Amino acid sequence: MEVGNWLVPSLGFDRRQISIAAITGLLVLAALLIPLPLTTYQLQNHSITLNARTFAYEPATMRVQRGDTITLKLESLDAAHGLAIDGYPVDLRAEPGKSATITFVADREGKFALRCSVSCGALHPFMIGELIVEPELPRVRAMLVTLVTAFGAVMFFWSKT
Amino acid sequence: MNTSRIEITRYPIVKKILTSRWLQWSAIALTLPFFILAILAGFFGTPAGNRNFGIVFVWIVWWGALILLLLPFAGRLWCAICPIPAPGEWLQRRALVQPRAGGKLYTLGWKWHRKLKNIWLQNFSFLAVALFSVVILTTPLVSSIVLALFALIALAMSLVYERRAFCRYLCPVGGFIGLYSQLAPIELRVKDHAVCASHKDKTCYVGSDAGYGCPWLVFPGALDKNTYCGLCTECLKTCPLDNVALYARPFGADLFSNTGRRLDEAYKAFIMLTCALAYSIVLISPWSILKETAYAVGSPGWWVYAVAFLAANLVIVPGIFYAGVTLAKKIARLTTPTKKLFVEFAYALVPLGLAAWIAFSVSFVLINFSYAWQVVSDPFGWGWNLFGTADWEWTPYFAGAQAFAQIPILLIGLVAAIGIAIRTAQEQGASSRTALPVIAFCVAYTLALIWLYV
Repeated sequence: MEVGNWLVPSLGFDRRQISIAAITGLLVLAALLIPLPLTTYQLQNHSITLNARTFAYEPATMRVQRGDTITLKLESLDAAHGLAIDGYPVDLRAEPGKSATITFVADREGKFALRCSVSCGALHPFMIGELIVEPELPRVRAMLVTLVTAFGAVMFFWSKT
Repeated sequence: MNTSRIEITRYPIVKKILTSRWLQWSAIALTLPFFILAILAGFFGTPAGNRNFGIVFVWIVWWGALILLLLPFAGRLWCAICPIPAPGEWLQRRALVQPRAGGKLYTLGWKWHRKLKNIWLQNFSFLAVALFSVVILTTPLVSSIVLALFALIALAMSLVYERRAFCRYLCPVGGFIGLYSQLAPIELRVKDHAVCASHKDKTCYVGSDAGYGCPWLVFPGALDKNTYCGLCTECLKTCPLDNVALYARPFGADLFSNTGRRLDEAYKAFIMLTCALAYSIVLISPWSILKETAYAVGSPGWWVYAVAFLAANLVIVPGIFYAGVTLAKKIARLTTPTKKLFVEFAYALVPLGLAAWIAFSVSFVLINFSYAWQVVSDPFGWGWNLFGTADWEWTPYFAGAQAFAQIPILLIGLVAAIGIAIRTAQEQGASSRTALPVIAFCVAYTLALIWLYV
């Protein structure tokens, strides 16, 4: 039994399909790795007050540039809330009248979820905000990879006709 | 003979285990106490969902295990060990383990209505649960009421209707498990259809001293896809001719046959696809207004949400797809009815839908999994510390790295969807380009999810 047939029954991989798969793989790698043109940017310091309430952060989305320094002040408007940011070592806790502050450098680009780390009610696990560190290359690359993969898949299966 | 599958039950030890009557009973004996504890925790435990065993174990641990592991790799295996129909089935059999003589069942034996022998009711029961899911997933009492209701309905139906009518025709979970089990790399099938055809007694369907007739109302001799096989292995036990076997097979093998494609199943594919996108927007986006509205059941905003949610599931997404199929039909100048093409092409959405659900589940299961350690020690949130883990801090596993799993999973689903769409076009006697509108739909859907996740 051929491995190819076991993975994708009744198709069988011919030489053309293997070539298409290989080229698609290379293009996917290129989409992931090729440096994309970036505009030059003056680094900034951001001082942001993040208001937490059940079950939301305001502002819900914070947008900075890679390399910017963020001073984040978490204030709670109703009950105890926390703040953890995916991919960043941020862990704050605030209560009404008792804020918490952290300063960090946004050194990873992409979109990162803000999550409440203190149990605050029914929708607590879904109390989510986002920190967007531009340029959003991960998103651009993911979209490119999707389009390349889709095109490769069309060519791969098309060749059977 | 299908050479691309491997008969697992040819190994005597595997056959012995699978035909043991203790296997399914033991598995249910494990899951049933967890199910009962989940219900009790919802009724009597803390209302804080992330501190309640009922919420954490059902909607994070069980859901994660089902979507990330059981369904993709073992198809309907969960249905074989699900505790919900077990009490009813035991009552129906008046036995826990060993079968009654002749596989006799104690039930009024009503037949399911002919017009309802499909999964439309499962589509609607899933939509009903999905509509209130933001409340069900987060509020222990509501979650327990829903679970208890499932168990009571299953019990009542087993007393009145024949076999597992609840599982087959009503269970909101069973519908999508069946749809996605077509992708699983295992199948239970007969070895030789001719043997079944010549076997007059049909013990696999009517039962015998060795076991019960198929609880899922399926004649194994006609089984050609996983959708309605609950993997209970009764037919392995009742076949006197050793003509039933469990096979390992390629992923998605059922979708390479276009026999038996139906509108109710096609709609299940749309509902699942739409819900995965809707949940991704409502639950894991930063737009709190959406989750607050979805939670405020009965408020004016919720009614708008409800209408939008149902319209998206039943009209908008299928409508966009229908327009794509109409375009495909024009491209190929096909004479096939558009409705038939709509159903045929909808099966391309099966792998894409499962991939979307896995990607969505990755976004919250691992992040919230550490709550399981807390509720294991303190299931009711009463301050217990049974195993010393009640005070373990919430730790979001793989935080910031979920996209590394989500993107490849979505791409696998997309590639499979494209393959099935092109194959479907070819099966209709059309060129591959006929599938392009369907492929465009799949690509747009995948890009939308990636935009939300990355």
